[in-house]
Amino acid sequence: MDAILFFLFAAIAVVSAINVVVQRHPISSALSLVGVMGSLAVLYLLLGAEFIAAAQMIVYAGAIMVLFVFVIMLLNAGAEKSLRKGWVLTALAVPLLVLFLGLVSYIIQRGFPDAPLVKFGAFTGGGPKDVGAALFTRYLLPFEITSVLILIAIIGAVVLARKEME
Amino acid sequence: MPPLPIPSAVPLTYYLILSAILFALGVAGFLFRRSIITVFMSIELMLNAVNLTFVAFSYQHKQVDGHLFTFFVMVVAAAEAAVGLAIILTVYKNRGTLAVDEIDSLKL
Repeated sequence: MDAILFFLFAAIAVVSAINVVVQRHPISSALSLVGVMGSLAVLYLLLGAEFIAAAQMIVYAGAIMVLFVFVIMLLNAGAEKSLRKGWVLTALAVPLLVLFLGLVSYIIQRGFPDAPLVKFGAFTGGGPKDVGAALFTRYLLPFEITSVLILIAIIGAVVLARKEME
Repeated sequence: MPPLPIPSAVPLTYYLILSAILFALGVAGFLFRRSIITVFMSIELMLNAVNLTFVAFSYQHKQVDGHLFTFFVMVVAAAEAAVGLAIILTVYKNRGTLAVDEIDSLKL
């Protein structure tokens, strides 16, 4: 059952990611990216990361992608014309990408010969309680710095996006 | 009844390979797309691939630290999206285009 879920959602993620790259229209790319994020949330659940799975859906698919869709609609971005890179480069890119991925897969398989099997429920330390306990003890300083980062981002976004006062 | 061809569970390396595939597709989108918004979405795809690696290694070591790194990556991605999309809006307002090869004022 775990394997079926993994292969199903891994296939959805890869097909959606390919769709993100090949679609001409930004809205199609954005909706494909939501598909990637949703299937990744299921994979996080399989790995025992319940809190991260929920945060993935709420923050990534819910907030960030809505921001993207807003900007695409605000700018009325249409289908893009293809980048003129020459057909040789485009024809070389796909085999090189496949070759690179094959090499990386081989290295990963050789590097972890005794990798553990992923069983749902084998690791239960990823709930909100465990993540929150670690966040407010060992990772308290990065957490506080993150709040400053968010504040800077808010101010920066407002300053960049406002109308110029003459 | 013959056994099913699909194993009951997959090794952790499959998750790492999936993450590598997603990251490579993000790099491909970053290099080959022309619209600045899609380039930005490719960056988000790469961040997601790295998050999957963090969560997978967190599973292997039975520790929650990888989840926290993923959490911080999400926060940084949210901040980055807010500022980056504001920059995209400003660029479009000033230059009237979203094509990355037409925004070349810094080129000699």
